[in-house]
Amino acid sequence: MTSTQPHHSERIHHQVALHVLVNELKTCLPDSAIIAEPEALRPYECDGLSAYRCLPWLVVLPATVAQVQHCVRCCYRHGVPIVARGAGTGLAGGALPLDNGVLLSLVRLNRILDIDSANRLARVEPGVRNLAISQAAASHGLYYAPDPSSQIACTIGGNVAENSGGVHCLKYGLTTHNILQLDIITMDGELVTIGSHGLDGPGLDLLALMTGSEGMLGIVVAVTVKLLPLPEQVQVVLAAFDDVEQAGLAVAEIIAAGLIPAGLEMMDKATIKAAEDFIHAGYPEDAEAILLCELDGSAAQVDEELELAVALLAGSGASHISIAKSEQERKRLWAGRKAAFPAIGRLSPDYYCMDGTIPRRFLATVLKGIAELSEHYGLAVANVFHAGDGNLHPLILYNADLPGDLQKAEQFGGDILKLSIAVGGTISGEHGVGIEKINHMCMQFSTQELTQFHAIKRAFDGRGLLNPGKAIPTLSRCAEFGAMHVHHGQLPHPGIDRF
Amino acid sequence: MDSRDQTLFLQEAVQAALDSGTPLNLVGGGSKAFYGRPAVGAPLSLNQHQGIINYHPSELVMTARAGTKLADIEQTLAEHRQMLAFEPPHFADTATLGGAIACGLSGPRRPFTGSARDVVLGCKIINGKAEVLSFGGEVMKNVAGYDVSRLMVGAMGCLGLLLDISIKVLPKPDLTAGTCFELTASAALRAMTTLSRQSLPLSGLSYDGRLLYARFSGYESAVRAALQKVGGDTPGSADFWQDLNEQRHAFFQTDSTLWRLAVPPATPELAVPGEWLFDWGGGLRWLTSNAPALKIFAAAGLARGHAVQFRAQDRTGDCFQPLTGKLQQLNRSVKQAFDPDGIFNPNRMYQDW
Repeated sequence: MTSTQPHHSERIHHQVALHVLVNELKTCLPDSAIIAEPEALRPYECDGLSAYRCLPWLVVLPATVAQVQHCVRCCYRHGVPIVARGAGTGLAGGALPLDNGVLLSLVRLNRILDIDSANRLARVEPGVRNLAISQAAASHGLYYAPDPSSQIACTIGGNVAENSGGVHCLKYGLTTHNILQLDIITMDGELVTIGSHGLDGPGLDLLALMTGSEGMLGIVVAVTVKLLPLPEQVQVVLAAFDDVEQAGLAVAEIIAAGLIPAGLEMMDKATIKAAEDFIHAGYPEDAEAILLCELDGSAAQVDEELELAVALLAGSGASHISIAKSEQERKRLWAGRKAAFPAIGRLSPDYYCMDGTIPRRFLATVLKGIAELSEHYGLAVANVFHAGDGNLHPLILYNADLPGDLQKAEQFGGDILKLSIAVGGTISGEHGVGIEKINHMCMQFSTQELTQFHAIKRAFDGRGLLNPGKAIPTLSRCAEFGAMHVHHGQLPHPGIDRF
Repeated sequence: MDSRDQTLFLQEAVQAALDSGTPLNLVGGGSKAFYGRPAVGAPLSLNQHQGIINYHPSELVMTARAGTKLADIEQTLAEHRQMLAFEPPHFADTATLGGAIACGLSGPRRPFTGSARDVVLGCKIINGKAEVLSFGGEVMKNVAGYDVSRLMVGAMGCLGLLLDISIKVLPKPDLTAGTCFELTASAALRAMTTLSRQSLPLSGLSYDGRLLYARFSGYESAVRAALQKVGGDTPGSADFWQDLNEQRHAFFQTDSTLWRLAVPPATPELAVPGEWLFDWGGGLRWLTSNAPALKIFAAAGLARGHAVQFRAQDRTGDCFQPLTGKLQQLNRSVKQAFDPDGIFNPNRMYQDW
């Protein structure tokens, strides 16, 4: 497989020899924290987006904040670029390494520093896994709300970098709504605390800027997260529909009725079948779409919401409605949803996961558009959505061994993103831009907006050494890519029928 | 409500200010003119730039021009049984959406349903180069590009002129009802911690120095069940929450300086002389005190929070928690990234920019 290189305008050039940098790193880092042999570097060549790979120049695995600081200072001195990495579960290639840069893995900074139950917060290092926080907080009757599907493996540092969501963000928000404070190391090696342990922090809201910045502004070395009381009761309703559009309309009905479920997820026929074959979650396989609607809170609240949800789903034409009868059944219904991606992975040699987010009222329109594009490209697609948020995850099935198939899948994906922008949505709801959608940023943002992003980047990282070639395209990349900014819902070629 | 798009006019005004090197004092309804350091520069009113641009109740999203009155927005939302869940304080009938977002203030519901900053989904601004830029959008989740929209919240108009703002709105609860308990300050803090750790439909938790007030919102059965569970007395005044949010409560009628401290909610009583009122379950502490500013900033910092001098006769010193070192430098650099010539609300937030 060919190595993915940054665009020439985004490449950082430096002169330092590998052994010189390694020797300097070793004054503060043990040998076991430095990987330079090609075979040992192999596991780091990609993240969750395996279609893009590049063998890193050097991998550094610090175990303390002082070691991170030392590594960053060495790199700064020599002008060596750094790509930070958590568990490597990212789906947009945000942690794709550079062949002349350091891949800074933060997995050894994996301590839970404090669980403060009275203040309902936890202070953790970036390499702590998302689920581990909730597990550690459980004995205090508390949990951390954002729950990306990869929560068994993904780290909180990576969640901050991507502003990760999950199935519960409809009610509880994204990472940005659930963190209070970050300790970061800036590219010049300074340790800075951003935010506070109160509900807001001093000065400009740099916490907002850091969250979702994809490792471009600073290296996160500690995170203070907000913890919530575990709900007294949780219940899930499964509703099946004979028609995908009808399921989409049911979502709008629920929200319009004033009900905010803890989660509202949708799967189409292809996904239902794949998940059922894999997990045996108990989904009705003859349905064209299913909705999973989770309700949580005090017992009285859940009882009331449950009644309302069932009435709304029935009124929206659901062909079948069932309520999980036990905690075990509830968990099984969610297991099918959380395993949807690997389940699809069993159907097709490769799949390409998209992440567009659209206003909910266009759900049916966009679904129809995706089906038409699927026919046009001759590639099957399976749809999983965070329907309540309008966040779509169409999975395009392809075979990387067939010449041209990946390119076709990428074009198909690009057309889905154009569709998302055209209805007033965005190219990425929660996975991030990374390397994958960097060209599509040229469609969503004008030259002046991109220039403003570059000015923000310079305020933090004047020499552009943090994760170059990701998230924010250079203007010359956009010029080369040739994409036109989709403005006010007008597609570049309005004559072409996309809906 | 008039609907007027003044984007071009405002862009020309910013360009003219740039050309002549005249700093601007951005003014909405003027309801929060007391907040922050004194305004300098030529006033530029955003009052005429008003109107709701987009509102689809089933999307839970509204986009409005910055000069739109909060009262008009709240009325439109109420017609669809929806609300601004962050309960922005108005402080005057003239209060606008732009002012609410620029000041970034949130009411008693904040710990339970989110802040002004939490609900912002997108914005259109004019930056310090007189460019009209859009960030974020009208969808709940958006990670394309840096989160400039939320950066604008609480930035006091120092980074750019807010034109249009998209916010998340929420359904109005079926029922809101409260209870109260007579407690000492330390017992109130303990009780607020205990209540906050339970699965309850809380929408307010405050202590005025004598009574602890708990407010619940949601479906009728859920609110009744919560009231029964926690007990307490029926509050004498039904207007307590609004009086608190609008600072009409007797506590705020004082000649002393009013301070706002955001701290971890279970923080014990701070050793600063003055009168205290706790909101946000203990996470927001209002203080009336004539103690030196430095002492109050230090106490807030030590508690891992921060302080703002909220209302004072003399606003020439620091109103916001002073920043030092690299954090101060980053704040300054971000200001320069948006407003290189320093034309927006100079020194309104900090003395050095």
